[in-house]
Amino acid sequence: MGALPSLHWMAWTQPTALFFVGIGCCLIALTIAELRSPSLSRRGFLPLDTTRGDRFFISLLVAGFAHIAWVGLTDLPVWWMSVGVLGSTLLIMRNG
Amino acid sequence: MSRSPIRDTRARRTTGRPENYNNAAWLGVLPVLLVVAFSAVIPLMTVVNYSVQDILDFDSRFFVGFDWFRETLRDARFIDALQRQLLFSGAVLALEIPLGIAVARGMPRNSAATSGLLILLAIPLLVPWNVVGTIWQIFARPDIGLLGVTVNSLGISYNYAADSTDAWITLLAMDVWHWTSLVALLAFAGLSAIPRANYDAATLDGASSWQIFRFVELPKLWGVLVIAILLRLMDSLMIYTEPFVLTGGGPGSSTTFLSQHLTTMAVGQFDLGPAAAFSLLYFLLNLLLCYLFYTSVVQRPDE
Repeated sequence: MGALPSLHWMAWTQPTALFFVGIGCCLIALTIAELRSPSLSRRGFLPLDTTRGDRFFISLLVAGFAHIAWVGLTDLPVWWMSVGVLGSTLLIMRNG
Repeated sequence: MSRSPIRDTRARRTTGRPENYNNAAWLGVLPVLLVVAFSAVIPLMTVVNYSVQDILDFDSRFFVGFDWFRETLRDARFIDALQRQLLFSGAVLALEIPLGIAVARGMPRNSAATSGLLILLAIPLLVPWNVVGTIWQIFARPDIGLLGVTVNSLGISYNYAADSTDAWITLLAMDVWHWTSLVALLAFAGLSAIPRANYDAATLDGASSWQIFRFVELPKLWGVLVIAILLRLMDSLMIYTEPFVLTGGGPGSSTTFLSQHLTTMAVGQFDLGPAAAFSLLYFLLNLLLCYLFYTSVVQRPDE
């Protein structure tokens, strides 16, 4: 048999592969950041105490639901919302 | 040379963070992460891949972007099933949590009957879902079922297979029958942990039964109630077998919840792309509800 198991059954596409590689890189970066300077939970504009990881999770949830609303309610190009979500992620990570 | 625990505490108080704080121990959960990746993350990734493609067979598939999401989000059947799902989960929580607490408060503590009652309460939890569905399907039948015949002979027209209100009432009664025990057992465990002295003090102060519940019992119960509500919320959001056996989603589609609708798409029609998009929306909804609920109760301002 081959050295690598076949990933054919997972039906990969380039956009989804890039998406998951991006998330994976973010998680690795967060892990390194937490080892270098551990974050303690603090209170920003969100109504709860959050650590860096909490804010990342909330950013992802916000991004997901923003895209759902965008796709469900409008016919505009989806990448407009993706750009908007980058802004909301930055805002939540810094001031959340 | 070695730092005493007392000095550590002082350092934490003055600077707001322990000097030797370290997150490296978290790397110890990596093995668990690998297992979860194998059993959950990789399958979930596959669903994401399916959701952006039109899959005709194993070798011919086409990238369609967000089309399936757009289609699902504007599908009236999806929106209706979602509303029914939220209504059902809300009703389940509103019925089972107060009822479970009431049962737990009424149970004798430390008496000979206690263990017998606990076993009796646990019995419905041991019955498999499809058996519960079958029991109620027969029990509520208007022609031969004990409940159905009794209700009809009282002059109340009742037929869960023909009337959607009756179907809803039967489903909710079945869920209450099956799962209130879980809430009651958890609440009983929480109540048992309250020292006798707390009750005595409250009684001496002339507290009413409601005040004892509100100010002595509820604060101590909060932890187990969070678990009970979360378990019932997640379970009722995922409910499939019982309505499938009892009503099959009918009459019409009045008891077709999200999981039932999803199964029709994924297994019945084998529409992998739309079903994958549906599953992801379903998953994100459950994730959001559970996260919102969990954080809102874990981070209460008065703690």
